[in-house]
Order: sequence, then structure tokens, then C-alpha cells
Amino acid sequence: MSSALSGATIDTTGPASPKGRRPGRAKRTTPRNTLTGGAGLGLGITMLWFSLLVLLPLSAIVARAAAGGWDSYVNVLQNEQTWAAVVLTVRSAAIVTVLNIVTGTIIAWVLVRDRFPGKAILNVIIDVPFALPTIVAGLVLLALYGPNSPIGLDWAFTPNSVLLAFAFVTLPFIVRTVQPVLEELDADVEEAAASLGASRFTIFRRIILPSLFPAIIAGATLSFARAISEFGSLVLLSGSRPFETEVASVRILSFIENGSYASAAALASVLLAVALAVIVVLDLVQRRVARRG
Amino acid sequence: MSIDITGVTKRFGDFVALDDVNVSIPTGQLTALLGPSGGGKSTLLRIIAGLDSADTGSIRIEGTDATSLPPQKRNVGFVFQHYAVFKHMSVAKNVAFGLEIRKRPKHEVTQRVEELLGLVHLSQFAHRMPNQLSGGQRQRMALARALAVEPTVLLLDEPFGALDAKVRKELRDWLRRLHDEVHVTTVFVTHDQEEALEVADEIVVINEGRVEQIGSPEQLYDEPANDFVMSFLGEVTTLDGRIVRPHDIEVELAPVPGAVEGTVTRVLRVGFEVKLTVATAGGDVTVAMTRTHLRGLGADEGSRVWLYAAKGAVTVAGTAVKETAVAG
Ligand SMILES: Nc1ncnc2c1ncn2[C@@H]1O[C@H](COP(=O)(O)OP(=O)(O)OP(=O)(O)O)[C@@H](O)[C@H]1O
Ligand SMILES: [Mg+2]
Repeated sequence: MSSALSGATIDTTGPASPKGRRPGRAKRTTPRNTLTGGAGLGLGITMLWFSLLVLLPLSAIVARAAAGGWDSYVNVLQNEQTWAAVVLTVRSAAIVTVLNIVTGTIIAWVLVRDRFPGKAILNVIIDVPFALPTIVAGLVLLALYGPNSPIGLDWAFTPNSVLLAFAFVTLPFIVRTVQPVLEELDADVEEAAASLGASRFTIFRRIILPSLFPAIIAGATLSFARAISEFGSLVLLSGSRPFETEVASVRILSFIENGSYASAAALASVLLAVALAVIVVLDLVQRRVARRG
Repeated sequence: MSIDITGVTKRFGDFVALDDVNVSIPTGQLTALLGPSGGGKSTLLRIIAGLDSADTGSIRIEGTDATSLPPQKRNVGFVFQHYAVFKHMSVAKNVAFGLEIRKRPKHEVTQRVEELLGLVHLSQFAHRMPNQLSGGQRQRMALARALAVEPTVLLLDEPFGALDAKVRKELRDWLRRLHDEVHVTTVFVTHDQEEALEVADEIVVINEGRVEQIGSPEQLYDEPANDFVMSFLGEVTTLDGRIVRPHDIEVELAPVPGAVEGTVTRVLRVGFEVKLTVATAGGDVTVAMTRTHLRGLGADEGSRVWLYAAKGAVTVAGTAVKETAVAG
């Protein structure tokens, strides 16, 4: 450092120095679109695997639905029973996802930050709803919320049973996406905020929550997607009554049982569109929040 | 006095991290907490900031009893070794954080942030995210963030500990100059004695939870309170049961009254300096001198030599930490 300026001077190593480059333009910010050999191979495998498992079967469904022409779509959606099933499914999945965002974050928080007896056991049990065969999940829920409910809540064959089943099978998603992020948060970041005057609530809202947000959104996406596809537990629990407790996936099954493959494919592609829309919207929300910082 | 620490003791289980610590830190000065790893420096700093609480004792900041105040109410700026940046906020937002919490008017916040970023030479990085900064830049941002709220005291816990030697040295000089501009009472933790000696107005030496000595760099160097302080502030060797600095030992090839007799067993040349190992009856003694001095002396491995502490050299009684001499 040869600069003989008075006061505090320091070697500001930055992008400003070489001739011609304007200050403030960071070179590092935009990654270049060049792949190394290894990365190219990785991308190739990713695309192949993804195509075989996801893209091709999905395209097949859409193609099949489209083969029936535009009419089959309109027919399927104009059918009131189908429409009711779609609305029930999407509405219930949305409610459960919002619920999960709150409870899942709280459960993750408790598991990471609090100390209480039985914590290790709770930590293991969280995954049970996900690990159980869904038909068993239906059985379990029926025992507690069915006609012989020990707590006097008979929700079997009511729309509530759909919510219950969705909530049960999607419980772990947000907990498990948020938990590791919360564990990795540095204590000193929160301490820095505290010594700058931030209250515990402000620290949670301005420091912790933004760090958890991507994980919460990822968990919410999984949770929603899992909910709209739930099938097994509802067979026992909801009774699948048309216009009341019949969900879209059950409706698809009955189309297939009636040999109406085109309708099944059309409804499937509608569900697919809903799932995609939700994924895209949540992703946009996440980006927006990340940018706002 | 800006910070008065009285009778502070802190235990972690059975382990005593701080043992009846009494320190007064003067207003407007740059004070270093110096000591070996695990000595309790961070613990003391955290107790001053309110991030940890003492088991007994009290903390007064600018005359106010802060012992039971939460960190939010102490008006203390804290800078962490690993920057503790708010990752999801831009550099400017990081610096503005404390001001926004205090609900200062927007234009005031903007102006103050600009001013501070200028002070830490990060003006052109205001809109970057922290992960686009180097370690040194991040730490300067953290410093600006802590200064934004105009703290009564600024506490830095090994602020340059995670940086490489060169940047470290630059930043430490810069911190000194910054302090001369800002004049906020500053306490910084380091285990690097060179850093403390170069930068601090006053040094508090802490070891095993106890304060060993408090004084200016000169006092510590010229009048070390004990063998620990002496050996921690620089290289030492034991000559005739007393601790002395290797470059404070005179070497003669002929007997001198009161000198210790020995044989040169090793000559190690490091840059401009030469280190001789001399075997004496009281154990090995290390002697340092310039290459020129050695040539003039004409000693080499196997030479018989007589050693004595130079006139005016600082010596302290006791067994050296580094060498096990059998004290007479
Ligand atoms: N939360 C804690 N729980 C238990 N022991 C602790 C805790 N924090 C610190 N200690 C212990 O207290 C002692 C002092 O720790 P401290 O962090 O103050 O040391 P230090 O002087 O800052 O060391 P370093 O230079 O390595 O940072 C250490 O032996 C450490 O193991
Ligand atoms: Mg420490």
C-alpha cells in the first residue's frame, strides 16, 4: 500500500481497478453458460433419467388426453361431478399446505431449538405418516376419527376426512425441509442482530424467517403435490361420495374402471397443470421474497 | 472509565472460564484482550455484550449498571470472528439494519449508510450480496454495521482471525487508523501478541480465566508482571534460572565473571538472524543475534562460550514455559 492518503485508507481490491471496467460491475454475478466435461455428463444423465421417469410418461398422458380432442377436456370439466372432485382436491390441498407451513415450521423449531423429554422419539415419529402404507394411514385415522372415535369426532365420510387424510400424509414435508436449515443457522448471526437492538420477534421475522423461506416453500410444494395425489387413505376414510368426499384421484380410478381412458387422461392432465401452476407460483414467490431481502 | 468489570466469575459446569476478573477499560481507547486459546477472552467479551451472563460480579458501561441488561439495551457493537453477516440482505441493508430497527427516518438511514460504507471503503459494493465479498470486505461490512448504531463501546472478537496473514496485517493497521478517526471505546480480542502490541493502547493479558497483567504495550514488554506475560509476549529462554529474551543474551569466547559457561551445540540461520543453542549446566539456552554479530564473534558449533544477560535486559524469575530448566 503506497497511497499516502490521510486517515484510514485500505487496499480496496475490487472490480474498479483495471482500465475500462466501470466500478460496481461485478464479474462474478452472472455464471457463464459453459460446462466442464464432468458437468456435461451429469446434465446428460439428469436429462435422460428425468425423461424416462417423468417427462415421457407425462407426455404420454397429455398425448392420450389430447387424442380425444379438445372436446374430451371440456366434457371432463363440464361434468359437475368431476369439477366438484377437482375443486375439493385443490381446496383441501391448499388448506392443508397453509396449515403445514405454520405447524411444520413450529414443529421443526421445537425439534431444533427446544429441549424436552421424548424429543428424540418425536423426531423419529415425524416420518411415520410418510412411511406408512397410505391404506394403513386410513385405518389409523379411522380408529381415532371414525364412527367409534374415542374422542367423539366422527369425521368419516365427511369433507373433513379429506383434510385429515391430506394433513396426515403431508405432515413430514415442511418439518423435514426446514429442520436441517434451522440446524445450520449460525447463532452469532442472531446474536449480532440482538446486539444491534433487534427484539426476539424482529430477529425471527427479519433474520430467521428469510433464511427458512426457501425451505418452507420447497416443503410446501412437496406437501401440495403429495396432497393432490393422495389416494390410498381416502378409500377407507372418505367413502368417496360424489360431490361430497370424492377427490380427483378417485375420480380418475372410476373413469378407468369404466373403460374411459381418455377422460382419465384428460383429468390427469388437468391435475398435472394444477401441480405445475402451484410449483411455478411458489417458486416465483420465493424468488420475489429472496430479492426483496 | 468506560467499562468497569468487577469480580466477574463464570463457570461452565465445573469448569471455571473466568475467575474473579476485575478490569477497567478506559474511554476512547483501543484495548486488546490478549491471551492463549481457551483463556476466557471471548467469554469476557460476550459477558460485556450481554450475550452471556456472569455467575457473579457486575458490568458497568459508561457508569450505568449493565449486569442484568439484555444485549439489545446495552448499545454495544459486536463484531464476530466469522463475520455473522445477514446473508439474505445486501451490504447496504446489512449496515442499515440497526438503524431501521430504531425506526430512523429513511433519508437519515440512507445518508448514514453511505457515510459508513465510505468509512470502510465499501461504497461501490453497497448493492452486492455478502457472498460476493471477500472475507476482509465482509468483516469491514460487519464493522460498519456495528458502528451504524453509534455504540458506546465496540467489541471485536478476533475480527481478523479468519483472514490470511497479509490481509490481517493491512486490516489491523487500518483498524488503528479508523479508531483514531472514530474514537469509539474499542475492545478487541486476539491471541496474536504482535497484533496486540502494534495496535492497542492498552493490553489486558488473560490466561486460564484470570487477568495476568494490564498495561500499555511498553509496560507489558518492559515490566512483565510474571513469567507467563513475559513468555507470552515474545520468545524467551532460561539462563541461570531466570527468564530472558534470546536477543538480550551477550556471548563471549573468554570467561567473564558471573557468566554461565556452555558449549554451542547448534547454529541455525533464519534470514538476518542466527539462533545458537548453547548447552549449559542449567540446560539448553537459546541465543539470538544478527549474522554480522556472529561473524564478528567467530563462534561456531563446538565453541566454548560464556553467557550473561545484557545490561538493561528484562529478566523474570521462574521456570520458562518452553524449556524445562532445572532451577538452581
Ligand atoms: N458454552 C460453553 N460451554 C462450555 N464451555 C465453554 C463454553 N464457552 C466457552 N467454554 C470454555 O471456556 C473456556 C474459555 O473459552 P473462550 O471462548 O472464552 O476462550 P478464548 O480465550 O476466547 O479462546 P480462543 O482464543 O480459542 O477463542 C474454554 O476452555 C471453553 O472450552
Ligand atoms: Mg475466542
